[in-house]
Amino acid sequence: MNRTVEIVGVGWSGFRTISPDLSYKEMIFEAATRAYTEAGIDPRNDVQGFVTAAEDYHEGTSIFDEYTPDQLGSALRPMHTITGDGLHALAAAYMKIASGLMDVVVVEAHSKASNILTLDHITAFAEDPTFERPLAINPIALAGLEMQMLLSAGRFTLEQCAQVVVKNKNNALANPAAAHGAAIGRKTVLESQVVASPLTRLMAAPHADGAIVMVLADSDTAKRLKGKPVRIRGIGWANDTPALDSRDWLHAQYARKSAEMAYRVAGIRHPRSEIDFAEVDDTFAYKELQHLEALQLAKPGEAGILTAQGATERDGELPVNPGGGCLGVGSLLDANGLARVLEVVLQLRGEAGARQLKNVKTGLAFTWRGVPTTSGAAVVLSN
Amino acid sequence: MGLRRVAVVGAGMTKFVRRAQETGRELAWEAVSKALESCEMTLDQIDCVVMGTAPDAFDGVHMKSEWLADGAGAWGKPYMRGYVGGGTGVFAPAQGWYHVASGLFDTCLVVCEEKMSPTQPHPQAAFNSIFDNITERPLGPNLLWIFAIEMNAYMNRYGLKKEDIALVSVKNKRNAADHPASLLGDPNITVQDVLNSEVLAWPVQRLDVSPVTDGAVAIVLAADSVARRVTPKPIWIEGIGWCLDTAYWTNRDLSYPTYVEEAARRAYAMAGIKEPRKEIHIAEPYDPFDYKELHHLEGLMLFDKGQAPEATALGITQRNGDLPVCPSGGLLGVGNPIAAAGLMKIAELFWQLRGEAGKRQVPGNPRRGVAQAWGDLMQVGTVVVMGK
Repeated sequence: MNRTVEIVGVGWSGFRTISPDLSYKEMIFEAATRAYTEAGIDPRNDVQGFVTAAEDYHEGTSIFDEYTPDQLGSALRPMHTITGDGLHALAAAYMKIASGLMDVVVVEAHSKASNILTLDHITAFAEDPTFERPLAINPIALAGLEMQMLLSAGRFTLEQCAQVVVKNKNNALANPAAAHGAAIGRKTVLESQVVASPLTRLMAAPHADGAIVMVLADSDTAKRLKGKPVRIRGIGWANDTPALDSRDWLHAQYARKSAEMAYRVAGIRHPRSEIDFAEVDDTFAYKELQHLEALQLAKPGEAGILTAQGATERDGELPVNPGGGCLGVGSLLDANGLARVLEVVLQLRGEAGARQLKNVKTGLAFTWRGVPTTSGAAVVLSN
Repeated sequence: MGLRRVAVVGAGMTKFVRRAQETGRELAWEAVSKALESCEMTLDQIDCVVMGTAPDAFDGVHMKSEWLADGAGAWGKPYMRGYVGGGTGVFAPAQGWYHVASGLFDTCLVVCEEKMSPTQPHPQAAFNSIFDNITERPLGPNLLWIFAIEMNAYMNRYGLKKEDIALVSVKNKRNAADHPASLLGDPNITVQDVLNSEVLAWPVQRLDVSPVTDGAVAIVLAADSVARRVTPKPIWIEGIGWCLDTAYWTNRDLSYPTYVEEAARRAYAMAGIKEPRKEIHIAEPYDPFDYKELHHLEGLMLFDKGQAPEATALGITQRNGDLPVCPSGGLLGVGNPIAAAGLMKIAELFWQLRGEAGKRQVPGNPRRGVAQAWGDLMQVGTVVVMGK
């Protein structure tokens, strides 16, 4: 038990706004082949377990785990699905290795968002069928409500939210995998169509298709493999209540508790000084600010100011979403968490190309499952 | 292997019913509170929560586990849902095991909830969406058909008659008459009743199949040091294993569940079991259909291939036989709220091994049991070995 767990291989396919030429199986196969090659492993002989993150309604298939083994090379092997974010699946793999049950575990998550014609309607099915669904709330409106509440509480300004979009879309321009990079100004963001006041269209992450596969191993096994290992120092996840009427709308408790656990496991006491950069969920621009505060990377009310000052830019003192985040890469549904982890891994390995940060040793990835959930997960990685 | 020891210290379940008035969240909470009460623990002492529940299409709720979270006692806690279709109920305690064995947590609440009744008029329609969207779904298949194919394959391979298989249904429904939570317990049912029941998809008849059910089950897991403080009678999770085969079920030999054998081999190896037939005292294999109990007993290597029907006819699998099988009454008798049915088997082993199974108690002070579930496109096996 309590073995050190490392990420020894990563592979991805995409990310693209549409992918009519590829099935999800083909995308997963491509990502898996890259990850296996990097780690120098054969999935049929060197891997004890496989785990994938997927939700039935996103796939349009019930019991979706049926369709997960073949393209990963995991037929007739221990494999299961986590109906959560890819980062939850990463946590499941971490536990299997830390416990001593398995030495090498593969994690997969993907998005075929372009196949979903009516995502808002699908997401609305996540609202409580008795108390909430009869109100016919478009899930995006929940984000608008929360953003309005935080604005009213003086936590940040509209301009600061717009700056998050400008920063992340600009970062994405330096990320060849990102689907939604753009050089735009705050004015463009603020004047784009209002989707749920005060939220404008450019403040909400557009979607993308793609697949991500990662190979995890205990530190002894990692030494024998080919990949360049990145250590999982701490991992944590948590839920607030799903009920709209009783959750804490102000503080993103799921983020606070996820980070508290991850920091505790990692032995981090002063996140602000010990974390060099962060990939943080920005499904909606204001969420990046709310999450930074919940993750103790900024004081309450400070995240917007830091953003306006440029502290969260790639050359700032705390780079946030250097890879472009959901706003720049595109929201990958259940693969969002792995996309955040992927960027942290590439940065720590010094393989982030034009967007490479200097002198980074420890990074944080945090993901949120989106409206209407209060479910989050965080991981601290070091090289 | 130096693995951390993890025990089941408490269990609770709702009644299994055809149409629960409670919401899924309420069902989950009832099971959770009973499980906590059984070991005199409170939610404050629970470090993390694992949820098991099968297709979202039943409840008609997207991201169903998120919706169930506070009902499952997960408010403010690390919470995760694992998913292997029908195999989920026995996978969930394995998932709970690795939560605790990882060293991240000392206690874990494992909750399985299923409410099939919201699907009107019958959940079979929802099952259409489990098939391949290009090659199979246009044919309008349902689960009864494909399991009829599998049952046929099994019968043909070993020259079995319907009567041989109906004995399982009779045994389990009679056993379930002693289970206070059961939906279809019947002390007087006969083989003739099964053979006379309505044909659904030959050779499957109505009494060969478990019923559509609503219900929830919860268990409490604890690491060694905590378990001994909580109860003088912890029941250890000695072995876990699971295995998922290819999605291309049409290419599989349907007469034998190799994936169950693979899962069982892993669980037995972890438990240090070399001769399962001597070292296992109770079996709770997955029995959504009567032939499946036989199929799975063979996959679990408790009987030779094709020999489970004869053992059943000889009474070996009765509660007072050499190897009691489904003393709970199984899915055929207690009911089949998919994921919850699997965890019910774990709860049954917990009660049996502690000597607390009341009228269902297996004689002879059993020390070790195995539970197993199955699911997807005749594709996944999940196995847990428990002992005292």
